[in-house]
Amino acid sequence: MTASNAVSILNAKDFATSNDVRWCPGCGDYAILNQMRKVCAAIGARRENTVFVSGIGCSSRFPYYMGTYGFHSIHGRAPAVATGVKLANPELDVWVVTGDGDGLSIGGNHLMHVLRRNVNLKILLFNNRIYGLTKGQYSPTSEEGKKTKSSPMGSIDLPLSPLSIAVAAEASFVARTVDVDRDLNRVLTEAANHQGSAFVEIYQDCNVFNHKAFDYATDKDAKLDNLLYLEHGKPMIFGKQRDKGIRLNGSRKPEVVTLGPGVREDDLLFHDESDESMAFLLSRLRHTDGFPEPMGIYYRVKDDCYERLVEQQIATARSARGPGTLEALFDDGNTYEVP
Amino acid sequence: MSTSAKPTHPTRAAVVRFAGDSGDGMQLAGTQFTDTSAVFGNDVATLPDFPAEIRAPAGTVAGVSGFQINFASTDIHTPGDEVDVLIAMNPAAFKAHIEDVRPGGIVVVNEDEFTKINLRKAAYADGYDPLDDERYTQRFKIVRVPITRLNTEELSSTGLGAKDVGRCRNMWALGLIYWLYDRPLDTTIAYLEDYFGKKKKMPQVAEANVKALRAGYYFGETAELFPARFQVPRAKAEKGRYRKITGNEAAAMGLITAAHLADKCLIYCSYPITPASDILHSLSALKHYGVKTFQAEDEIAAVCAAIGVSFTGQLGVTGTSGPGLCLKAEAINLAIMAELPLVVINVQRGGPSTGLPTKTEQSDLLQALYGRNGDSPLVVLAPKSPADCFDICIEAARIAMQHTVPVIVLSDGYLANGAEPWRLPDPQAMEPIRVEHPTDPETYRPYRRSEDLSRPWAIPGTPGLEHRLGGLEKEHLTGNVSYDADNHQRMTWIRKQKVENIAAQVPDLEPIGSPSGDLLIIGWGGTYGSIMTAVERAGEEGKSVGAVHLRHLNPMPGNLGQIIKRYRKVLVPELNTGQLRTLIRSRFLIDARGLNKIQGKPFLVDELMDAINLMLDDRWGDRESLSPTEHHVTAVEPLSMY
Repeated sequence: MTASNAVSILNAKDFATSNDVRWCPGCGDYAILNQMRKVCAAIGARRENTVFVSGIGCSSRFPYYMGTYGFHSIHGRAPAVATGVKLANPELDVWVVTGDGDGLSIGGNHLMHVLRRNVNLKILLFNNRIYGLTKGQYSPTSEEGKKTKSSPMGSIDLPLSPLSIAVAAEASFVARTVDVDRDLNRVLTEAANHQGSAFVEIYQDCNVFNHKAFDYATDKDAKLDNLLYLEHGKPMIFGKQRDKGIRLNGSRKPEVVTLGPGVREDDLLFHDESDESMAFLLSRLRHTDGFPEPMGIYYRVKDDCYERLVEQQIATARSARGPGTLEALFDDGNTYEVP
Repeated sequence: MSTSAKPTHPTRAAVVRFAGDSGDGMQLAGTQFTDTSAVFGNDVATLPDFPAEIRAPAGTVAGVSGFQINFASTDIHTPGDEVDVLIAMNPAAFKAHIEDVRPGGIVVVNEDEFTKINLRKAAYADGYDPLDDERYTQRFKIVRVPITRLNTEELSSTGLGAKDVGRCRNMWALGLIYWLYDRPLDTTIAYLEDYFGKKKKMPQVAEANVKALRAGYYFGETAELFPARFQVPRAKAEKGRYRKITGNEAAAMGLITAAHLADKCLIYCSYPITPASDILHSLSALKHYGVKTFQAEDEIAAVCAAIGVSFTGQLGVTGTSGPGLCLKAEAINLAIMAELPLVVINVQRGGPSTGLPTKTEQSDLLQALYGRNGDSPLVVLAPKSPADCFDICIEAARIAMQHTVPVIVLSDGYLANGAEPWRLPDPQAMEPIRVEHPTDPETYRPYRRSEDLSRPWAIPGTPGLEHRLGGLEKEHLTGNVSYDADNHQRMTWIRKQKVENIAAQVPDLEPIGSPSGDLLIIGWGGTYGSIMTAVERAGEEGKSVGAVHLRHLNPMPGNLGQIIKRYRKVLVPELNTGQLRTLIRSRFLIDARGLNKIQGKPFLVDELMDAINLMLDDRWGDRESLSPTEHHVTAVEPLSMY
């Protein structure tokens, strides 16, 4: 890196490429791409030190549109490829872009393991609840009864919650946001600043195969009643009038209550980013069950990063045994001389 | 310790096989005998043979674990066809191995274990004891030793429990065989004290094992069991420092060496699988060499992580065995498309599917060459001996990094676990592996070709060279995604030609034996030792037989076609149904015949000699392939095979 490079300030446009962006017009991916470029500029990222790794699917075309290093790998395997990148060079800023099919179906295994290892990667899962690139089959997050080309009588698969999986897989940073939400920028920035595996679910509209799947979360009028913006240390209040909240009832189950006589703020749940049981509970709140869906940072704890621990073991081995030489490698004891 | 009162007969070579239950410690006894013989200065070749189950039902034939060692005062290439001395720790071991002992050979049995119950476990008929069977007692010298009882008596004062005492029986037996072959005990004593005493912190166990070892030794000296002992003198070898090495150890060292020579960090990404896991184990214990090991969640993650490593500019290697190679196929294709270096070590085992996990086979050749979608050329190499795994891994890493191409190394179970002496190379004399990474944004294009058609290996962290790779077809020069018809055709030919260009660096083949004549044997991989021995023997018998051995399967050495023309007939022996033969026939349009053994075991020299003689005497018949049965090859009717 030259001196002039080191001090130059990049703006969002510097993170674009000459490639035409080829998502369908109106796709939610555009909004995420724009915010991502802005965040890269805002956090002072360097193009040469940033790598975007993806698998297969609409979302996985992302690296082609970022003016950084990029690797559009194979279906579901981006977390594994990205792990290799971090093992080889822990100094790089590495982002993984995946979708509900890529990350939760074919690549579910890798997602689980990259999170538990706490490799210092930022993982963005674009959840549009449909298979877009293969033209409209149901995905692991499609709602029960979803009618698609491959489920003409309705899907009989139960959908899963990406965030429940992330919490269960020992992720150290778990968040959710929406493609067109103003909070997207903040959540991406917080993810970028986290040391360790950061998992961000982004509700994303596939306007061709699953349009308006997240209307309840994007409609200006409705969303304040349907979403709960999480703030660490604050009571869980939501609603256009900010008069509704979440509390635990007598059976320790969450319920929606209206603030007023008999229900004070102190009765509500207070968000605690370090409480994984709470994070899991929040990940179970579904719009279809009459709950607001929590947005923002569910869970955030500090933990050692995998690639650093790998380096530490090498350092420990070297301090105990000295840096290995080839002579010592070949001659490890049971050798003999032929005169 | 050679102060015996008994006469000692010098002998050129001997084959000893330890056999017992899989919990009897036969692998340790065999390994120790090998170490001792190597340090003593013999040439050695070994063949461990163990069940896939960690502990198959005790006492059954399925649970028998064996370890064979051939040690000699002359150059040897195989673990030996016939066993001179068999140590059978129980009836099942006797049953499983007795047919491999040469007539007149010695069979030491632990007679305490030949009980009614154990005979039944070995599925011998009620009332039958093979030790009383004249078919055996007349053919072999059966030596009955109450090993269990003598070992227990010896260790009665150690304070160890019965179970721990029982576990020393292998050392007792080893001590006896050390006496029989006049071997020193110090290598094994040092090992026992280090392993049990220091590493496991069980000095009592170390002491008991040493005691058992010595007891077995002295029993040989005092008991009137053997009329004489044998002595296998030191082998003449090139001057230098030596050690014993297995194929998997050699592979691990070769990879570390390659990384040093290229000034790269070796990152070995693998998922445990028999018989490749030992490479992961070896490298995990060598972190002070800067080696990073990544035990991935599955085979696919392992290869993908290795590709991520390559993309980032270090030496990415993954290791596996057959079923794992299937799982890695899609990712290997990604490395082919992205034109990134990648080394894949495939330690072949019996297939298909889970197959025979602990047995050897050469049946992944076509999978390595063709087992992926699309036209997907890559480099395939195969080591010819355990020690050659060292050189082949350096070669694989060099080709992968210098030509930005995946390389598959086809080792096998026999090479991986087999051992031979290895002369330590001189690190100063090794040639560095030159690897270039571009840095100039003005001239850099992701898919600009060098003269040999390799692609520039630009790595993250380099300003101005930001580019995107992936599995989609890329445009020539720019590396942009391209669906253009002409471009795809061009890129497909380039990928193929890039691999073929590597042939220019592959050394020409030099036939062993007759440089021209009646019969050419073409072999590859782990069968080298058997073929070499057979060709030497054929030469001694005045036969016109030559052999070439392929270490480079793709691309092949350039002069193979010319060599083939110098011989009247071609025989391709393989541990599969004829995968190299298929390639040779289609490429050179010749009527190559195959000797194909698919028994999970290496070739016996006798089997190869039979095949050679059938070919030379025009008795082979019309069959494209013959397989050995019961250690012999005959021109059988096709149906008898099924």
